[in-house]
Amino acid sequence: MQLIHLFRLALLSLAILSVTPAFAADAESTPPPYYKWKIENYAINSPLNNLIGDAKRGQEIAGNQSRGNCLACHLLPIPEEQFFGNLGPPLTGIGSRQSVGMIRLHVVDQSRFNPETVMPGYYRPPSQLNRVAKELEGRTWLNAQEIEDVVAYLASLK
Amino acid sequence: MSTQSIFCFLISALMLSFTPAHAEKPVSGYDYLLPEMQEMQDDEFGNPGMIAVDAGAALFSKPGENNKSCASCHGDGGSKLDIKNIARYPVYSIELKKPMTLRGQILICQNERIGGPALEYASEKALQLEAFVRRLAVGETINVDVSGAMSPYYDAGKKLFHTRWGQVDIACHQCHDYHAGRTFRGQILSQGQSNGFPGYRYTAGKVVGTHERITGCLTNLRAEPYPIGSEEYINFEVYMNARSNGLQIETPGIRY
Ligand code: HEC
Ligand code: HEC
Repeated sequence: MQLIHLFRLALLSLAILSVTPAFAADAESTPPPYYKWKIENYAINSPLNNLIGDAKRGQEIAGNQSRGNCLACHLLPIPEEQFFGNLGPPLTGIGSRQSVGMIRLHVVDQSRFNPETVMPGYYRPPSQLNRVAKELEGRTWLNAQEIEDVVAYLASLK
Repeated sequence: MSTQSIFCFLISALMLSFTPAHAEKPVSGYDYLLPEMQEMQDDEFGNPGMIAVDAGAALFSKPGENNKSCASCHGDGGSKLDIKNIARYPVYSIELKKPMTLRGQILICQNERIGGPALEYASEKALQLEAFVRRLAVGETINVDVSGAMSPYYDAGKKLFHTRWGQVDIACHQCHDYHAGRTFRGQILSQGQSNGFPGYRYTAGKVVGTHERITGCLTNLRAEPYPIGSEEYINFEVYMNARSNGLQIETPGIRY
């Protein structure tokens, strides 16, 4: 009886969490350069470092627990991912509701919209972060290319 | 209306809809668990956290290097311990001029009064002893006094709980005060109360104390955790246990 319980819970926990970040991958090299961005009218209109985003990669980042992990808080139209959260609003159809520049600001620094937001800052200046894990110092959660990929993905959700 | 003010309106509407009122009444993490986990916690024989409690019981009666055991002073199975007092930790130590956690007090007894072998704050045995002692007070109402000399430590702990951490850059209270009851990737967020600890974390597959649990959240926030037993974690514990005042001790809780 107990064993069955433990087994079911173990399966559940495997399926659910481990938000534990995969640090190791980019730990060795020096942090990538940080590209400054500019807000105009609640939007960042120019892509970071003029990079071109790829929506397919963006979907992969948004769904992946050790990368963007957007699904932890938002519903996204990714049918193969069963678990998502409701801390944030659903993002289905966001591409037809908002401009690309505004979507970019949401992903880069949601606190510009809501200073008390619980949404992580994915591309806030590393110098403004408090006590980042040693192996991640000087880095943003997502790098500039990953931000552009996620932005391209969200913009494609019409 | 300018676009600017339309935005301000939209943003405040968003904030209203996504920022529930501050949690005023403490609610145990138990109340947010799946029924099968609640059942497991309630089953004294099936609760996997009891393994640590039993290990702690054995240590409690094991003689130290000067031939005394915890039981020599506190009775067999801790029968002479005042369970009301266990529910008051952390308490202020006049002698050491700082807050004393339950595990800290156990370590003084272990390392000085029974003469060792000396245990580290972060050791498994210290955690097992804490689990055993806190289990004695299961059902007792948490009652931490943070007035007087304790108040600066409470304030320091509160500040830590309201500080943004790590690459994720959010604070404990943002999740645990504003969003309890919401789902975080399939897990239901609780208020982050400490009344179930030491408890069994099934995502970790082992018993952890409050300090180890804070390390778990700091790691998820991609922040550098503090050492177990550090001043920062003791301040966190002062604030968090006081925040749990009125809840009942559930050691060993079963938790995510
Ligand atoms: C810990 C929770 C959390 C995570 C993780 C998270 N968000 Fe959010 N997000 C929110 C909340 C809450 C809001 C609502 C506004 C607010 O309170 O800031 C929001 C708002 C947004 C918005 C604006 C939606 C609208 O309708 O205006 C976008 C776009 C967005 N998030 C994208 C993302 C993307 C992309 C990711 C991952 C790379 C992500 N979020 C990860 C919590 C989160
Ligand atoms: C992004 C959201 C988030 C933030 C920020 C966060 N936590 Fe948590 N916390 C969780 C989740 C998810 C759980 C597991 C579900 C639960 O019990 O709430 C949890 C659980 C806990 C628990 C266990 C509660 C129980 O009854 O099992 C404690 C204690 C805790 N957190 C303390 C903290 C502290 C201290 C901080 C800041 C250093 C913090 N949390 C920051 C998401 C968060």
